[in-house]
Amino acid sequence: MENVVKQKVLALNGDEAVAFAAKQSDVDVVAAYPVTPQTIIVERFSEYVANGEVDTEFICVESEHSAMTACITASATGARTFTATAAPGLALMHEMLYVASGCRTPVVMVIANRALSAPLNIHCDHSDSMGERDSGWIQMYAENSQEAYDSVIQAFRIAENPDILLPVMVCLDGFTLSHTLENVQVLPDDIVKKFVGVRTIPLVTTHEGKNAPFKLDTENPMSMGPIALQDYYFEFKRQQEEAMKNTLKIIQQVHEEYAGMSGRRYGDGMLESYRLDDAEISIICLGSTAGTVKTVVDELRAEGVRAGLLRIRTFRPLPVEGIVRALKNVKAVAVMDRSMSFGGYGGPVFHEIRHVLYDASTHPCLVNYIYGLGGRDTSPSQIRRIFEDLQRILQTQEAGKLIRYVGLRG
Amino acid sequence: MTSQKRNWKEIPLAGVCWKPSTEYLTGDWKTYKPVRDVEKCTRCTLCVVFCPDGAIHWNPEKEDIEFDYNFCKGCGICANECPTKAIEMKL
Amino acid sequence: MFSEWKFTAKDIAKKPDLFMSGHRACAGCASATVLRLVLKAVRGPTIVTSATGCMEVISSIYPYTSWAIPWIHTAFENAGANASGIEATIKILKKKGRLKKEQIDVIAFAGDGGTFDIGIQSLSGAVERGHDFLYVLYDNEAYMNTGIQRSGGTPHGASTTTSPAGKVIPGKVQYKKPIANIMVAHDMPYVATASPHYWKDLITKARRGIEVNGPAFLHAFAPCPRGWRYDTSKSIEISRLAVETCLFPLWEAINGEYQLSAASKVIALKPEKKKPMREYLKMQRRFRHLFTPQFEKVLEEIQRTTDERWQRLLKKCGMA
Repeated sequence: MENVVKQKVLALNGDEAVAFAAKQSDVDVVAAYPVTPQTIIVERFSEYVANGEVDTEFICVESEHSAMTACITASATGARTFTATAAPGLALMHEMLYVASGCRTPVVMVIANRALSAPLNIHCDHSDSMGERDSGWIQMYAENSQEAYDSVIQAFRIAENPDILLPVMVCLDGFTLSHTLENVQVLPDDIVKKFVGVRTIPLVTTHEGKNAPFKLDTENPMSMGPIALQDYYFEFKRQQEEAMKNTLKIIQQVHEEYAGMSGRRYGDGMLESYRLDDAEISIICLGSTAGTVKTVVDELRAEGVRAGLLRIRTFRPLPVEGIVRALKNVKAVAVMDRSMSFGGYGGPVFHEIRHVLYDASTHPCLVNYIYGLGGRDTSPSQIRRIFEDLQRILQTQEAGKLIRYVGLRG
Repeated sequence: MTSQKRNWKEIPLAGVCWKPSTEYLTGDWKTYKPVRDVEKCTRCTLCVVFCPDGAIHWNPEKEDIEFDYNFCKGCGICANECPTKAIEMKL
Repeated sequence: MFSEWKFTAKDIAKKPDLFMSGHRACAGCASATVLRLVLKAVRGPTIVTSATGCMEVISSIYPYTSWAIPWIHTAFENAGANASGIEATIKILKKKGRLKKEQIDVIAFAGDGGTFDIGIQSLSGAVERGHDFLYVLYDNEAYMNTGIQRSGGTPHGASTTTSPAGKVIPGKVQYKKPIANIMVAHDMPYVATASPHYWKDLITKARRGIEVNGPAFLHAFAPCPRGWRYDTSKSIEISRLAVETCLFPLWEAINGEYQLSAASKVIALKPEKKKPMREYLKMQRRFRHLFTPQFEKVLEEIQRTTDERWQRLLKKCGMA
């Protein structure tokens, strides 16, 4: 570990932590609309603006759709942009998420994960961000507010990398993380500013035949967001997929560089294996629940049970090789999904893990646990019961019911 | 035509357009084309102003207007608006 | 307040087209003329954004573009938000010393679809926030790009594919949303209406909209030969008749103060110059069902409501 920078500890909740990270990252434009549980982000940022603590143009847009729109065009004009939203706001922006990734604008957005209506619910689940997994955005899930802070700063470097140029969403659990006070170590302003640097803008060939920086610039006019008919649309999408392919490697590099500076590491940046090397049974999950699972894993280990956890930090792009490697020796796995795919035979994470393991030489037994919808808390004892189920599966060699629900009445 | 189109590695990043529309000659859309009686024409340049396609130019050296049949779609607005009826739409 | 830029037709003819030839608009498209003329009013470095619609689709069929200046399109309902993002960036980059230019103007183009209906929220928000940009509405009175469906800007009695003239209903039953008046009610610095026949007036107003500090709104009338069903050569003539019948009066509201312009001013002073609605309506087959015994009274409705709106406008201009 090289020179870890001296850091201050601040008492911040998740929303405040990401607002603080954005403050330090030399963001040029923020266009955002308040929605529970992200409101503290925009409020805190507004305070920074009002106090002259940031050199940022803050557009108080009239809807989330306009928030993403303004971020896209601001980014296209050369600005570093940031925004935040949750559930209904994210759903309202849905159209524009595809536009952001299609236009290759490196917008960074924080999602304070919240359940989608109906019925109306302001509490945590992953239905909002899971609903956008096909949108071409990079998706990262934070376990705690510290990681949310770190991830936002890294996100600018990842998004703006000329081999990527894709927007990034950093997800943190609504209320559980967004509104809960934590000790967060923050880097000094100048260190963060140096880390994120000035936005590098790659060159692109314009209709004038010039190679010019990819932005709306009156010196080098170019047209962005054209209509591409059946003869070209497909090629654009393939280009986006290529950018996704470049992403895993770069996420790792940025993560390593940041770890050297901060002293904090989250697995390899894509996946975090917790006591998984010799584990027989394991849970896979995203977000803050991983924290609870780690505590239960420690208890079980003390009792001699070979339990482990695989936390997925980067969900898009999916770290396929890493997942296969991590689960190589595990015999029974419970995939926890904090969202549903109605009629889809299991939750989204379950789908993807099964899919990833299909070609692997060994398969653990995989079962799905749908949990925590609408903010329902999952206790350590409920987690423990999941591990007990896995032990039973190991003994009987039978998966039993494939899709299960945690804490559902009835 | 398909063989001339660029593949996904060849198209510029991010869907930026790489050809000006002046390379797409819309002149073959027309059926009728504007023909001018130079005697009647007063060089008022209203036709230049109104043409939706910018297919009539003012040539400052010649001090005269010129029709660009490469882009003229034959709509007939110039003929309709000409104050001296100097333009006729002909096949 | 304004530069009072003086120009002749030849001056305009000499200015290079920033909206280049080779675009795929229909022959005789007045919206294309409007766009060309508005861009003649550009005074320096300018960035343009469009909402989805006729003028966006015909000007950006990949890999071709008709925009000689920087241009971006994102979606249908957000021309106002597009402009907001660009304008905010120009502001902050200048402040941070990363943009050397003294002034960069921002123009947003949208059709009646992207303005009256789905786009009104984004436009209203951008104006409320006071961004410095010019919003140009090219109004061809229906969702033309998708096949002539009715919009909030479609006039009473017009036949469109979603308000067709049938055996029982004579086209659109509702009236044209008074969008320019709605914009004046935002207390914005500059709102104006324009028609391409009155090219000098249109260009002057576009230049004023660019020059004004803060949001400006230009409602440009743009006849559509395909959707209104008339010969392609008549677009400019119809745009003249619309003004002469007082269906589409020309005016400006500078800081909320209304004043008539060009031919509308003349008609206010000499009411005998006002032409009857029939002259305008009978040129367009989208109104032809009104010239039948069954629906004749709609013609009277149109004349009556046009006269009422005209009188209300005269009052606002202090010329009643």
